[in-house]
Amino acid sequence: MDAPKVVSMVPKIRIRGLGKIFEGAQRVVALQDIDLDVQENEFVTLVGASGCGKSTLLRIIGGLEYHTSGELQAGGKTVAGPGADRAMVFQHYSLYPWLNVIDNIRFSRRLKVNREDLTSADVERASGRADALLSLVGLSSMAGAYPNQLSGGMQQRVAIARALMPKPEILLMDEPFGALDAQTREVMHDLILHVFNLEKATIVFVTHDVEEAIYLGQRVVLLAPRPGRIDTIYKVPLGAERHQDMKHTREFLDMKREILDRIRETSGMKTDTGMLDKMSAV
Amino acid sequence: MASTSARPGLWSIRGPMTQRRYWLFAAVGLLLPMVLWWAVANSGWVEKVFMPAPGSVWERTVLWFDEDHLMADMAISIYRVTAGWLLSAVIAMPIGLLIGTFRPVQALLEPLTDFIRYMPAVAFIPLVMLWVGIDEGSKIAIIFIGTFFQMILMVAEDVRRVPAAQIEAAQTLGATRGEIIRLVLLPSAKPALLDTMRVTMGWAWTYLVVAELVAANSGLGYAILKAQRFLQTDKIFAGIILIGLIGLVIDQLFRLVHRKAFPWMHLKS
Repeated sequence: MDAPKVVSMVPKIRIRGLGKIFEGAQRVVALQDIDLDVQENEFVTLVGASGCGKSTLLRIIGGLEYHTSGELQAGGKTVAGPGADRAMVFQHYSLYPWLNVIDNIRFSRRLKVNREDLTSADVERASGRADALLSLVGLSSMAGAYPNQLSGGMQQRVAIARALMPKPEILLMDEPFGALDAQTREVMHDLILHVFNLEKATIVFVTHDVEEAIYLGQRVVLLAPRPGRIDTIYKVPLGAERHQDMKHTREFLDMKREILDRIRETSGMKTDTGMLDKMSAV
Repeated sequence: MASTSARPGLWSIRGPMTQRRYWLFAAVGLLLPMVLWWAVANSGWVEKVFMPAPGSVWERTVLWFDEDHLMADMAISIYRVTAGWLLSAVIAMPIGLLIGTFRPVQALLEPLTDFIRYMPAVAFIPLVMLWVGIDEGSKIAIIFIGTFFQMILMVAEDVRRVPAAQIEAAQTLGATRGEIIRLVLLPSAKPALLDTMRVTMGWAWTYLVVAELVAANSGLGYAILKAQRFLQTDKIFAGIILIGLIGLVIDQLFRLVHRKAFPWMHLKS
């Protein structure tokens, strides 16, 4: 189902035979033989039953976990730990509560990696960028507010703006809307698509919400658990422009059902109808 | 049907309480023991020498102030407690920070600290006298021993409680180790650290009397010990209550600093 690859194009993220084993009291194969290319300016979503290792894979790409076998390259370079080229947005608790909204967004400006050979024009542009990002995420009126004064949705907007501030080539998102209510989530979906079109980043997005995965992704990567591996890669049959109505189209719903069914099949969990009968008989 | 309020009762679990009721209960909680004390002391059940009345404790305090350098006793005690506590804080902060940040340092120092903190500070008095002598240094040393090891563990825990996502967000923005310590761990742990300082200051005060066992000739703890020799229970009462009041004032000062230094923590959304 994969799109035909252009031979000369170097993928933004290149994963070959990647594996992750957690050594402990019990040896757990979290990921096995992962092969995946993410192209520049592509939006890829990762879904799968719990325990399939989708978050682990994302954290390995981000350099926050290490793989125990295989190869991983980002932007043509072998990944060895976290770096400014791969910003990450977390589910929650990642904002700095002692900094107000605009200072959270500007946080990366305080890091040496972003201050090397900087001209005054760069500095000027950077402060303009912080303001631009603030209005991009619709929080211009909240610049001076502190994180614990914001709703969960607003906090995630700030986290996204902060991650985008240093213009990362790759944006990794680990269930960023998982703690938000359904209405807020819809708003965030259109916001992140808007950001994606404007910022031209490469996005890898982990979610347990299949609808979200299809609506946002150009490809949906389905992982299966025990051991964590890539099961199927779906190419989403929607164009670059997305809007909420598409969620009710035939092709969207068909794909949603197909993916949900496949997740259920791979999860290894079945409803024990015999047990249910016994329980209702008591 | 008559309209009724569905407000849960006063004694429902974690139920609501109006501000007025809260202060009413607080006033009762504070005044009741005073009234009981006054009643018992004046009832004649207990001899005056064992339980002096509030009035005589007050008179003794005034006498202490007028004729027996109460202010000097307070000053020297505050100095000893503050010096011992400050010394402990200055050393425990960086060590605790390192324990809470780097696993090898944790493995190296935490079990050791855990072991030492169970040793009673009082038992160190003979050693302290041998090593430090019997001047001011020894009193400060006892208070230091009483607070230092607990403080290390509490500081380490404060640093460990910084949410992983805060650290990881900085890492994926390209922060170095030094920058994470300086720009994330420290500012994030600061409010908890100030609370740790407040709590350990309270413990430092509890070691005062013990510290002033060592060849002291001034201080609130020393005055309490001396009063015991002359059966001046009213002075013992006065000394204990004064230590309690000083502690209360210092505690409130810490809370005030907390509110001023970390306004973002005290915001209502």
